[in-house]
Amino acid sequence: MITTHGLTKRFGRVLAVDSVDLDVREGDRYGFLGPNGSGKTTTVRMLLGLVYATRGEIEVLGEPIPKHVRDVLPEVGALVENPAAYPHLSARTNLTILDASGPPTDRASRRNRRQRVGEVLEQVGLASIGRRPVKTYSLGMRQRLGIASALLGRPRLLVLDEPTNGLDPQGIREIRELLVGLNRAGTTIFMSSHLLAEVEQLCTRVGVVDRGRLVAQAALTELRGETGRTLVRVGDPAGAVGLLDGRVVGRDGDRLVLAGTTVAEATARLVQARIAVHEAAPERRTLEDVVLGLTSHGSDRVDGDGHRTEQLQP
Amino acid sequence: MIVVEIRKLFGRRRTWVSIFLLCLLPTVVAVFLSLTDIGPRPGEGPAFLSAVLSNGALYPAAALGIVLPIFLPIAVSIVAGESIAGEATTGTLRYLLVRPVGRTRLLVAKLSSITLFVLVAVFAVSITALVVGLNLLGSGPVVATTTVSGTPLSPSQLGIRTVLTILYVGWSMLGVASVAFFLSTLTDSPLAAALGGLSALVGSTVLVTLDAADNVRDYLPTRYWLAWVDFFRDPILWRDIERGFLVQGVYVVVLLGMAWANFTTRDVTS
Repeated sequence: MITTHGLTKRFGRVLAVDSVDLDVREGDRYGFLGPNGSGKTTTVRMLLGLVYATRGEIEVLGEPIPKHVRDVLPEVGALVENPAAYPHLSARTNLTILDASGPPTDRASRRNRRQRVGEVLEQVGLASIGRRPVKTYSLGMRQRLGIASALLGRPRLLVLDEPTNGLDPQGIREIRELLVGLNRAGTTIFMSSHLLAEVEQLCTRVGVVDRGRLVAQAALTELRGETGRTLVRVGDPAGAVGLLDGRVVGRDGDRLVLAGTTVAEATARLVQARIAVHEAAPERRTLEDVVLGLTSHGSDRVDGDGHRTEQLQP
Repeated sequence: MIVVEIRKLFGRRRTWVSIFLLCLLPTVVAVFLSLTDIGPRPGEGPAFLSAVLSNGALYPAAALGIVLPIFLPIAVSIVAGESIAGEATTGTLRYLLVRPVGRTRLLVAKLSSITLFVLVAVFAVSITALVVGLNLLGSGPVVATTTVSGTPLSPSQLGIRTVLTILYVGWSMLGVASVAFFLSTLTDSPLAAALGGLSALVGSTVLVTLDAADNVRDYLPTRYWLAWVDFFRDPILWRDIERGFLVQGVYVVVLLGMAWANFTTRDVTS
C-alpha cells in the first residue's frame, strides 16, 4: 500500500528525513513510531503530496507520488498533525464543504454525501453534535471531527498522524476499537505516534524512526522477542532464591527474574521443592525497551551537545 | 470547487459587513450633501461631487470615486490576502489539498471568488449610490445631466458609461487583489498578505505624485486609476483608459503567474 525508496527531505541545512524505506502492506495496522521531531510528520506530508521529497521514490496504492496524487488521494483518508476545520461552521457543514471540494468516487459519491456525513459523525461519536460551530468544541471533539473527515471518503488507506491526541482514555479506547473494526473490514491503517502503549495495543507492524532514519521495521511480535530470561511469581520467594541460587538476577517482592533457565525447568524445580508457583512466563521485551534502545532523545529536548540540533525539523 | 469557494466567501457575515460598510460611506456623504447643499467647488474634492448636487443620477460614479482610493482596496486586499494564507492559518489548506483539490484548481477557485467579490462590491456601491442619489439629491431634469465637458447626456448614455466605469474600477481592483493574492501564497499570515497588497498600493500612489519618478510613472499600477473620469467626457477620452487597462492587465497576469508558479511548487508545511 505504501512503499518508499530512499525517501529524503532536506529543509535548507536540516535533514528532516534521511533515506527512509517504508513498506506498508495491505491489511496492516502500521505504527510509525519515533520521538518528537524525528521526521514522522514530514514523512506523512510527503506521502500525501503536501511536501515534495528532495530525493527518493514514493508509491501509494501502487501509484507514484506526487505524480499521480490526484488518482490516489480520493482513496486515502488523512489526518495530518492537528485536525482543522472552519471555526465558524458546524461539524456537519465542515464535512459537507470538504466533501464537495474534491472529486466524487464510486464509493463516495455526491448522492450519498449526506448519508456519509451522518455515518462518520456517528462512527466517531459526534452524532448528536447539532449546529454548534466548531470553535466551541473541546480538543477531543475536534480530534473526533478530524478522524471523521478522514473516514468521509470511505478510504482504502487511512494515514493518521497522532490520531488520539487530546482524547481521554475512554475516547482513546473508542477510537482504537473503531480503527480495529475498520481494519477488519479491509482498511489499511498507517498511523504515526510517539505513544508506545498506543501502538503496542493497536498495531500489527511497526516502523521506528529516529532523527530522520528508519532504524527498525518489523512485525510487532517480532520486535517484542523473548529476552531469554524467565519471570516467576512464587509463594516463598526467600526459599526460591535459596533453591535457584545463582540463577536469580532480580527480585521484586514475590516476583523473581531468572536467567540461564527455562519456564519448564524452573517450575519443575520449584514444585519439587514444594514452593507454590503463581505465575511463570518467559520475559518479553516491551516495545518501550526496543524503541528506547533504538532511538535518541526527542528533538524537544535541547541539551548542551549542539550537534543534535542540526537534525531538528524547522 | 468554484461554487464551494464562492459559497464559503459569501456565506461569511464578514464579507457582507465589509460590503455594507463600503455602501455606508457614500450614503453618509449623500446625506450631508442633501442636508446642506454645500458641495465642493468644481475641480476640488472627489470627482463629480460638485455635479451630483444638481443630479443624483451621476451619484454612482461619484460614489465609486469616494471609495476607490482607500476603502475598496482595503476590502479587496483583505479578501485576497485571506484566500490562501487564511486556509493555511486554520490548517484547512492541507486538508483541502489531500481531499484532493489540485493546487491550480484551488487557485482558480479562490481567484473566481475574489473576482466575484470585487464585482459584487462595486455593483453594491453603485446601486446603493443610485438609489440614495435619486432619493436624496433628486433626479433633476434629464437635460441637466451633463458630461465633464459640459455637453448633455441621455439617461441611456449615462447608464452605459456608468457600467463601463464599474467594470474599469473592478479591473483596477483586480490589480490590487493580485498583489495580495500572490503574497497570500507566499506567507501563512493573511494579515501580512493584505497589508502587503495595501503597501504596494500606497507605494505606487506616492511615486505617481513624485516628479522625480517621472520615468516610471506610466508603469505604476495606480497611475491610471482615475482614468474612469474620462468615461464622462464627450467624446469619451479612451487614451488613458486603454493604457490603464493594459498596465493593470500586465500586473494581473504577471502576479497571478507568480502566484501559480510559487503555490504549485512549494511545500505545504502549515
